[in-house]
Amino acid sequence: MTDLLSKFDPLIQQRDDLLSSGLTDPFALVMEKVESPTVAICNGRRTILLGTYNYMGMTFDPDVVAAGKQALDEFGSGTTGSRVLNGTYVGHKAVEEALKDFYAMDHAMVFSTGYQANLGIISTIAGKEDYIILDIDSHASIYDGCALGNAQIVPFRHNDIEALEKRLKRLPPEAGKLVILEGVYSMLGDVAPLKEMVAVCKAAGAMVLVDEAHSMGFIGERGRGVAEAQGVIDDVDFIIGTFSKSVGTVGGFCVSNPPKFEILRLVCRPYVFTASLPPSVVATAATSIRKLMDSADKRAHLWENSKRLHAGLRQLGFKLGTDEPQSAIIAVLMPDLETGAAMWEALLDEGLYVNLARPPATPAGMTLLRCSLCALHTNEQVGEILGMFAAAGRATGCIS
Amino acid sequence: MPDRHQILAETLELIEPFNKKGVDVTEATRFAQDLEWDSLTVLDFVANVEDEFDVIITMNMQAEIETVGQLVDALDRLTAGK
Repeated sequence: MTDLLSKFDPLIQQRDDLLSSGLTDPFALVMEKVESPTVAICNGRRTILLGTYNYMGMTFDPDVVAAGKQALDEFGSGTTGSRVLNGTYVGHKAVEEALKDFYAMDHAMVFSTGYQANLGIISTIAGKEDYIILDIDSHASIYDGCALGNAQIVPFRHNDIEALEKRLKRLPPEAGKLVILEGVYSMLGDVAPLKEMVAVCKAAGAMVLVDEAHSMGFIGERGRGVAEAQGVIDDVDFIIGTFSKSVGTVGGFCVSNPPKFEILRLVCRPYVFTASLPPSVVATAATSIRKLMDSADKRAHLWENSKRLHAGLRQLGFKLGTDEPQSAIIAVLMPDLETGAAMWEALLDEGLYVNLARPPATPAGMTLLRCSLCALHTNEQVGEILGMFAAAGRATGCIS
Repeated sequence: MPDRHQILAETLELIEPFNKKGVDVTEATRFAQDLEWDSLTVLDFVANVEDEFDVIITMNMQAEIETVGQLVDALDRLTAGK
């Protein structure tokens, strides 16, 4: 018998080598208690959370929690069904209404996760004769959406407007084209030049899909994302988003204006052949989305936090993913996986949780300590965080 | 439209800046195994080839191309009629 798992031997070996040095496994952390959006107990220790994507801190919002409890009481623990059979409750329609209001768009379709939203929309709308033109640094869910479908896939260099334009011009003018971009790229926290790129796409007759997972609720005047901030949201055909970041629960969605959009509910397999979100989840999401519409003060504080952490880390001597803070993600570049893992553990010992990100999730083989701020991090916490980075950085030799 | 010899010569020229191992490149040379290119190197190289020949080599096509000779064949087809 051939052991089908043998193909993972190199990865097993790499993990064994890393863990045999006595390091804590960075991919097996357990949170024993969660006190708030910014604090949890890990290994018995009070830990500041700086890697949760809980940008707007909605997970413990009293209105959000109350809505979830009420739905649990009134509608039970789950739908046990597909959206197109027995899995659409009033709550699912209500959260879709909240999304339509939030984005001021005509259609909203809610999926069970953000991953499934990309998987479903991308694989369904681009057929065999169509072309998908995508940024090379696109998220795994976008690539998997391409792999599930049959379209011709054309990647272009990250955030390179000219590379995108050249490729669009080389494609047959009559062919169907879908350009896939992200508002904020989650690994380095950099923002796409959507204003220029969307204009190039429209000139080439391409439809545009923008994944705004990491910008919803935070970027743009009304929190609609980078496309709003750069004034091109009306030219975007599909916006993909998630409930598992600023909204503070789980689920994914697509909002859109094209009139034929609703037919996707019948032909999109990752929407049809899976159970819908539990009533408590859609109730918390709808409540949270409506509160996010009116959160300008929190947005301002999150920007302040991001700017202060970015400047402070640079001052300490860390290399960062962007020269200026462009989002609530700040990526600290590590020289290699071993140093990255050691620094990650030193930070955890100090009482700080960040994400350790490594290839293949990262571009150019980088190892990153990815920090994502929350609007509920206090000024004092940001100060504490900088102190922990200083101590851990010196202990591991990352900074002098 | 360029003939196959021309395409091969130009392709070999485009490979050289990425031939960090100093491999003696022939039509049988494999990009992944012999040149040991990672996905980012492939992207850079493919972008240069696309610009040089004014074509698109989709990821679907790339999946079928393992050797230099196969790339030249693909370019021969893509540039036919140009």
